[in-house]
Amino acid sequence: MSRIGVAFDKARADGRAVLVGCMPAGFPTVEGSIAAMTAMVEAGVDVIEVEIPYSDPVMDGPVIQKASDIALAGGVRTADALRIIEAVAATGAPVVTMTYWNPIERYGVDVFARDLAAAGGTGLITPDLIPDEAAEWLAASDAHGLDRTFLVSPSSTDARVAMTVDNCRGFVYATAVMGVTGARAQTSDAAPTLVSRVRAVTDLPVGVGLGVGTGAQASTVAGYADGVIVGSALVRCVLDASSEAEGLAALRTLSAELAEGVRNPAR
Amino acid sequence: MSADALAPVAGSQPDSAGHFGRFGGRFVPEALVAALDELDGAWRTAIADESFRAEFGALLRDYAGTPSLLYEARRFSAKVGARVLLKREDLNHTGAHKVRNVLGQALLTKRMGKTRVIAETGAGQHGVATATAAALFDLECVVYMGEVDTERQALNVARMRMLGATVVPVTTGSRTLKDAMNEAMRDWVANVDETHYLIGTAAGPHPFPAMVRDFVRGIGDEARQQCLDLTGALPDAVTACVGGGSNALGIFHAFVPDEDVRLYGFEAGGEGVATTRHAASITGGSAGVLHGARTYVLQDADGQTLESHSISAGLDYPGIGPEHAWLHDTGRASYLPVTDAEAMAAFELLCRTEGIIPAIESAHALAGTVTLAPKLAAELGREPTIVVNLSGRGDKDVHTAGDYFGILDKEH
Repeated sequence: MSRIGVAFDKARADGRAVLVGCMPAGFPTVEGSIAAMTAMVEAGVDVIEVEIPYSDPVMDGPVIQKASDIALAGGVRTADALRIIEAVAATGAPVVTMTYWNPIERYGVDVFARDLAAAGGTGLITPDLIPDEAAEWLAASDAHGLDRTFLVSPSSTDARVAMTVDNCRGFVYATAVMGVTGARAQTSDAAPTLVSRVRAVTDLPVGVGLGVGTGAQASTVAGYADGVIVGSALVRCVLDASSEAEGLAALRTLSAELAEGVRNPAR
Repeated sequence: MSADALAPVAGSQPDSAGHFGRFGGRFVPEALVAALDELDGAWRTAIADESFRAEFGALLRDYAGTPSLLYEARRFSAKVGARVLLKREDLNHTGAHKVRNVLGQALLTKRMGKTRVIAETGAGQHGVATATAAALFDLECVVYMGEVDTERQALNVARMRMLGATVVPVTTGSRTLKDAMNEAMRDWVANVDETHYLIGTAAGPHPFPAMVRDFVRGIGDEARQQCLDLTGALPDAVTACVGGGSNALGIFHAFVPDEDVRLYGFEAGGEGVATTRHAASITGGSAGVLHGARTYVLQDADGQTLESHSISAGLDYPGIGPEHAWLHDTGRASYLPVTDAEAMAAFELLCRTEGIIPAIESAHALAGTVTLAPKLAAELGREPTIVVNLSGRGDKDVHTAGDYFGILDKEH
């Protein structure tokens, strides 16, 4: 079992959900992103999702777009992202990677899988790669022992949920709303239904993302899902801060609040 | 439209998942798959349905003004050294071939029971065409346009608003066409139940490339017959400009099985493909994934999309429709770059010889034809006949051309 699987099993045994926190690699700088992700781990984030920035992130809302733009403008490259993954993995927290397909295809799918595994990454979330187009990634992830997280959506048919889940390893990513990343005032009504549809066809843990930004929302989602995935709200802590120290402090505060939330699942 | 219109052309169909060889497919968020499947089903049902064809055909004839003329440009021909026949898509309602696509997709939107259309636009031509169809079909219309482009093309922004559309300036990324397309995709993911994304070219995830091509293929179906009627033979070559590539596919499609007819797509070479300032995705790019399909893309060593450049806003896009990528790989069509300067010289030549102001996009096809004609004449040992897709009119480009030629009074 992968390290992600171990984290989910442990959380399940403790009667709580796993907290997954996302941050773009190289935002605001390479060193700054390592410091941010380390702070998140220290403040209670269980799993770090490192997003490799891409110029055309169609599944991301304005906050992560802006952070990605800053990282790319700063010159971050895929090789830098792999070094960041290695540094964050050294904290002991499982690190999952997320990126759009073109940077990986350009790097070379098998070479990327090899280098990601060597850096200590556990696997990859692919927001714009569906299993239908993923033959090369299925082979490379098998060859290098990496997890595969494809997305399921409220609009997915039962047949597509089953097919997608069948191709996942590690955990399944359920998108809570029809939309892009970004914190929202209300958590989704569609998410619990989607999670139960996924559970009907798999024992894999299910993480829910899109729109979670507070401890209370984390608690709500932890009530029906195995993992709570938070991105934009954490990124905003750094984006809105006037200094690195202020950003890290805000990140610690929010991470701790979210960690508290996943430890008190709403029932 | 005749009964056999929209019948499949041999050797031009993607597989059932939308792959043209190694290109095409669907590289999209799972959230969009249901909508793409719905669209695929609606399109396949519609093109097999006599009533849809009749309705589409009547709209093209009575509203858009097609079939467009095939005009023998004698004075231009004499300068070029070829018998040049212009497919006058510039005379269509809204001034370009794009009206064919938007009418087809707007009809489909109605059939799917959707009430809202969204579109991306660069120069504003597709936005205007979409706003036009939305007005005609009483659909809500939102057009995403890069902030840079809304400033460059303020007149088209006003046209869209006059037609009842909401224009949303996009402030992310490079604030141009590719970012407008990203933003339209994001809107679609969030509002897919009631919204159709009316993509403006033969690009994007399956079924868009094949579907858009089918809606614009009348250009080539008409031109092929018109050329036979006029000259008694097929042309030696068919030429078109290529940005995303819908006008080129529209005119190429009918000729693909005619092996003796050479097909040429002219890409925007900007300041030259040896510089970084161009939009020639095939000549100067490499295979990658952009906006939902695998195709040729302008990208850096890490797969980040590069900004394109062309004097023609309609060709200023860092990708190309996947069917073109495939036609390039198979060798059935040839893709060559045309610089800004070559395009503007041909623009002026057509103005002065024929009294026709072409779109700067179409001027790339004319410029490519100027270069091609003597080579083809030498190869064939006679004057070649070349059909050129004059895909749009140049009214929208008068300011750009005026600037370029330095003929504007200073206070303007």
